[in-house]
Amino acid sequence: MSRDFKDPIRSRLRPGLLAAFAVLVGGMAAVAAPPPPTDVEATDRPWDGGGVVEVTWSAPDVEGLEGFQVWRAMTAGETLAARSKARLDALAELKQTAYDNEYRRLVDVEGVAPEDARMAADKVANLALGQASLQKDFGAPATATDDGSSLILIDTVGPETTSKMVPKLLSADKDGNPVEYAFVVRTIAKDAGGDIEYSGYSTPSEVVVAKAQFLNLTRAPLLIILLMLCGAVLYFILKARRGVALKIRTIAGLAAVDEAVGRATEMGRPMLYINGIQDMDEIQTVAGITVLGRVAKTAAEYDAPIEVPTSRSLVMSAARETVEASYLTAGRSDAFNPDLIYYVTDEQFGFTAYVSGLIVRDRPAACFYMGSFFAESLILAETGNSVGAIQIAGTANPSQLPFFVAACDYTLIGEEFFAASAYLSGQPEQLGSLKGQDMGKVLVGVVLLVTVTVATIGAVTGSESLMDAVAWFKSTVLSG
Amino acid sequence: MKRTVPLIITATVGLLLIVANFVPALSELSEDGTTFFSIIAAIAFVLGGGSLLKVHLKKLSDRDRGWAYSLIVLGSFFVTLVVGLFKIGAPPNPAYPDKPWAGGYNEPGTFFNWIYEYLFYPLTATMFAMLAFYIASAAFRAFRAKNFEAILLLGTAFIILLGQTAAGPALTNWIPPDGPFAGLRLEELSAYVMDVFNTAGSRAIVIGIALGIASTSLKILMGLDRSYLGGGN
Repeated sequence: MSRDFKDPIRSRLRPGLLAAFAVLVGGMAAVAAPPPPTDVEATDRPWDGGGVVEVTWSAPDVEGLEGFQVWRAMTAGETLAARSKARLDALAELKQTAYDNEYRRLVDVEGVAPEDARMAADKVANLALGQASLQKDFGAPATATDDGSSLILIDTVGPETTSKMVPKLLSADKDGNPVEYAFVVRTIAKDAGGDIEYSGYSTPSEVVVAKAQFLNLTRAPLLIILLMLCGAVLYFILKARRGVALKIRTIAGLAAVDEAVGRATEMGRPMLYINGIQDMDEIQTVAGITVLGRVAKTAAEYDAPIEVPTSRSLVMSAARETVEASYLTAGRSDAFNPDLIYYVTDEQFGFTAYVSGLIVRDRPAACFYMGSFFAESLILAETGNSVGAIQIAGTANPSQLPFFVAACDYTLIGEEFFAASAYLSGQPEQLGSLKGQDMGKVLVGVVLLVTVTVATIGAVTGSESLMDAVAWFKSTVLSG
Repeated sequence: MKRTVPLIITATVGLLLIVANFVPALSELSEDGTTFFSIIAAIAFVLGGGSLLKVHLKKLSDRDRGWAYSLIVLGSFFVTLVVGLFKIGAPPNPAYPDKPWAGGYNEPGTFFNWIYEYLFYPLTATMFAMLAFYIASAAFRAFRAKNFEAILLLGTAFIILLGQTAAGPALTNWIPPDGPFAGLRLEELSAYVMDVFNTAGSRAIVIGIALGIASTSLKILMGLDRSYLGGGN
């Protein structure tokens, strides 16, 4: 199918963009060596979240075909931004030139001292800049094509490929207006002498808007996994409610809470509980608050003081509520002291400095680090270790786990930390959720085994269909 | 009521955000949720500031151990607050030259910026730099060859450390890089341990964490885990 360039596009592309596009495409086509691709079409990818267009074309019958280049026309917004940038660059260049000329004149001709010349030249340059700024289009190209940048290269693909998914497009501009895109494709081929030749640009595709549909089915694999995982968790929760006994292995770090609190009581020294340095929108902080409830309850029973410095105000409020409820549950509401749960600072190393100093001064008998930690993890844990405190840590930041393992007596690794809530509560429903989580692990294991087997067989046999299946899995399921 | 309303809000917002992941038209709502949280956190900062003042003023008045540190904290707090609020030393905003308060409080040249550049930033960098010494002391303890596992750990750490420095390639550069034993060169061994064993181990942990997060989130949405509301049931 061949189309006249002037046909349907002209009626839909914005006039300025169309004119620029036509000039460039027409000019380049005149010097084409191999023929350009035909039937270039751009279609919005169906059932997605927007921002993706599929470009297809028909390959020309040409010897020595090497591949294709996919280009798109700049949008009106991009053209405007390019003109603005060109104008700003021109203004900056003018200011620098005016400064240099004036400075050289003052120093070389009039013999002014360099310090004074700098100030005077700066004033002249600013004056020149102000005058030029008053000219609305100073330095901006008359059209987008003046700097040859009205087309953007998307990708270069191989000779077997006749389609390209173009991602990261805008569905609408900041005012909510749909953004229209048009595409052209060039052929890359080797001539008889082995030199690379580029064709002219193909006839442009019709304009297309990369709009979002009601449902984003590109995330369907994620939805299926989510439903399976939630289904497993719910199934085991219901099973536990029916009275089926569920066995959960002992988590050493949580079992050691009583030991740590008892030790603090015997030594007559306080305990320190650090809930990470993130806010309440971080799930690790929520998990840390759960463990705090148990630690505080035990502390109330043993009558051991527990101090909770926090790096976020909301965490302080939540921690106070939790500790107060724990003291109430233990029947020791009179012993609850809200002043021991306080805010320090949001700043990471400011908080670290405070807590390190506190550990050195007060020498707590037990330190708990439960939450999201970063570089401060080792500083805190090593300081606690240096004063001989028994230390229990829990985090889901994999990069900090080695530090806690090295410096603490017990560490809740990743999922153990999230299991703490269920483990400590002992409620059947919560224990059921842990079993459901285990089913998720079985599911992941099966998927891993199948895909690794398929990838291995594909690599050994060279089967394209198997490797395509692996590529689909990686691009759709793993990146969903 | 104190429990029920937060539970309803949590379940509604949580489910909405999950649905928004699959319905593009709702994606703006998830951004709004983040904005709401920022607003609430900003308001809660008043609580934090109040707590800070209360704790340190009490330490000062009681002359507790380390009360001088509290004096420094309060002094720094008020100086920073005043220079930031009153934009001391702020240059005029070129866009609004007739508005003396239009300049940014943290623009270069302001006192606030000076405090940040020449007091706060060096102190922060000092704390971070101390990490190097803590790593050394922790590594010394962790790598003591007291049992078989510790010996394995020590050996692996030795390979990685040597492989990451110039000493590793220098010690094994006699092994031909194209020969059948090229994989025994320390830089190759180090890369192999990191790419295969380390990546496999860390991915297993990450998968466990992802499942834990999903399960915990589900419990919170269903109201099974109410610990974030303050103490279980």
